Amino acid sequence: MTRKRREALAAYAFLAPDTIGLLLFVAIPMVLAFGVAFFKVDGFGNYQYVGLANYKLMAGDDQLWASLKVTATYVVAFVPIAFVVSFALAMLVRNHFKGIGWVRSAFFLPNVVSLVVVGLIWQFLLVDKQGALSKLLAPLGLGDVSFLGTPSLALGTYVVISVWFLMGYQMLVFLAGLKDVPKELEDAAEIDGAGPWQRFRYVIWPLLRPTSFFVVVNSTIGAVTGLQAFDLVFVLTKGGPARATSTVVLYIYEQAFTFNNMGYAAALTTVVVAILVVCTGLMFGFTRGGRFDED
Amino acid sequence: MTRIRIVPILAHVLAIIAVAPLLWILISALRPAEDVFSFGWPRHWTLSNLQYVLLKIPMPRFMLNSAIVSVTVTVIALFFHSMAAYALARLRFPGRGIIFSGIMSTLLVSLPVILVPLFLVAKQLGLLDSYAGLIVPSIFHAFGIFLLRQYYLNIPRELEEAADLDGCGYWRRYWSVILPLSRPVLASLSVLFFLANWNAFLWPLTITRNPDLRVIQLGVSGMQGQYASAWNLILAAAVIAAIPTVVVFVAGQRRLVDAMKTTGLK
Repeated sequence: MTRKRREALAAYAFLAPDTIGLLLFVAIPMVLAFGVAFFKVDGFGNYQYVGLANYKLMAGDDQLWASLKVTATYVVAFVPIAFVVSFALAMLVRNHFKGIGWVRSAFFLPNVVSLVVVGLIWQFLLVDKQGALSKLLAPLGLGDVSFLGTPSLALGTYVVISVWFLMGYQMLVFLAGLKDVPKELEDAAEIDGAGPWQRFRYVIWPLLRPTSFFVVVNSTIGAVTGLQAFDLVFVLTKGGPARATSTVVLYIYEQAFTFNNMGYAAALTTVVVAILVVCTGLMFGFTRGGRFDED
Repeated sequence: MTRIRIVPILAHVLAIIAVAPLLWILISALRPAEDVFSFGWPRHWTLSNLQYVLLKIPMPRFMLNSAIVSVTVTVIALFFHSMAAYALARLRFPGRGIIFSGIMSTLLVSLPVILVPLFLVAKQLGLLDSYAGLIVPSIFHAFGIFLLRQYYLNIPRELEEAADLDGCGYWRRYWSVILPLSRPVLASLSVLFFLANWNAFLWPLTITRNPDLRVIQLGVSGMQGQYASAWNLILAAAVIAAIPTVVVFVAGQRRLVDAMKTTGLK
């Protein structure tokens, strides 16, 4: 056997376990969703071909539209806020000072705790009137507000909690990006008389574009279909009050496992995938993949 | 000068605010039941909440299940991922580009997206309500492969060539040269994998019904329904679920940060 053949065979052997696993537990399920969407599946696992019926159902499904709206609202609020907060934190802890290690860890620590625990923590802090946060807010006249129990406030509260959870992670991503901004460029700009704002606007910001792109795409995907859009809602509000926090992934889960509508849930899955592909494509188009060559 | 001093102070204050919710539940979990909503510093400390949760609720069982799943997934995943990464980084073979992009494209798929069809596949394979069901599907994730591949690309060729001259096959080169060299990155990833699996909720919720297979996150979220407003107990369970993650984080912090920083950026 030639050396080349031996090398190729060895490579395939090394790759086999992960490739088979990824096929079986990621790729096939992904493709399968498109197939199952054409079936009605009952609780006993009997499949009945129904053509496009599942897709036709969607048009009249008010709860689906409500959950898509909830998800869109969540993304539109969460992504920019998380971006600004984590970027500000990164700028804050960018330069060395005493105790910086502890400060960076402190911002990251919420991300280490599970979303289940995060949900319980905030539920406890926000217990009507008695919770620590409710008491802290009382002097502002907000003591009687039920943040998780009022439909108009629940989603906003959920955004704040998500930001708290994710900001440390995104801060680290920004810090890594900032490391690649050459100090000499900033110094040169300063010598040329650029103030802090100008150095930020014309040196740091353009060079950070790939990082920013990654952060935006990542947090958008996370907000639409990440664990955050499920675990946190499941523990905090189960989609309530009055479905004000019912994200689309929570709705898919309910359809599949509460109502046993696996076929319909699969059809919903394919729609979410389509939306995600379009969103990512649009972002890619708008930002040219985060490249900064036109500057 | 004053500008420069404001930044550290602001940072410290914000850091305290950021961890305050975590500290607050820790303190509250150590208060007597009737004081759980007290606002000040506790007048009495008690371990009875933690004791109750550990002795009256199968919390140790939940923790054991989580430990079994997290450790097994971490070990097997690191082994498989490092093998795949080795091939992708250091070996030449037909289809390398396609296989690499295929593996990377699975990164776009998150669990909630494929939950329903994945459940159907797992059911077909007889993985429902079993340790295998908790473990096997959680092993496969392209993130680890990607990170290890980046690392392996930077290992000097000469090291492997020396082993080649000594007559080592590809397996020996991987096992005796590459693997020992990748200890730091494997350590980073093991922190990451352990945390992700210890914190897993959605998949265990979907794949298990049997109470004996309940993992810690399911156990803790179940407290919510069962002990609706016994907040002292719910908090005690939450603290127990969170402590291992905080300990692992503090111990493996530097490694974790290194791994995070490389995420999708290089």
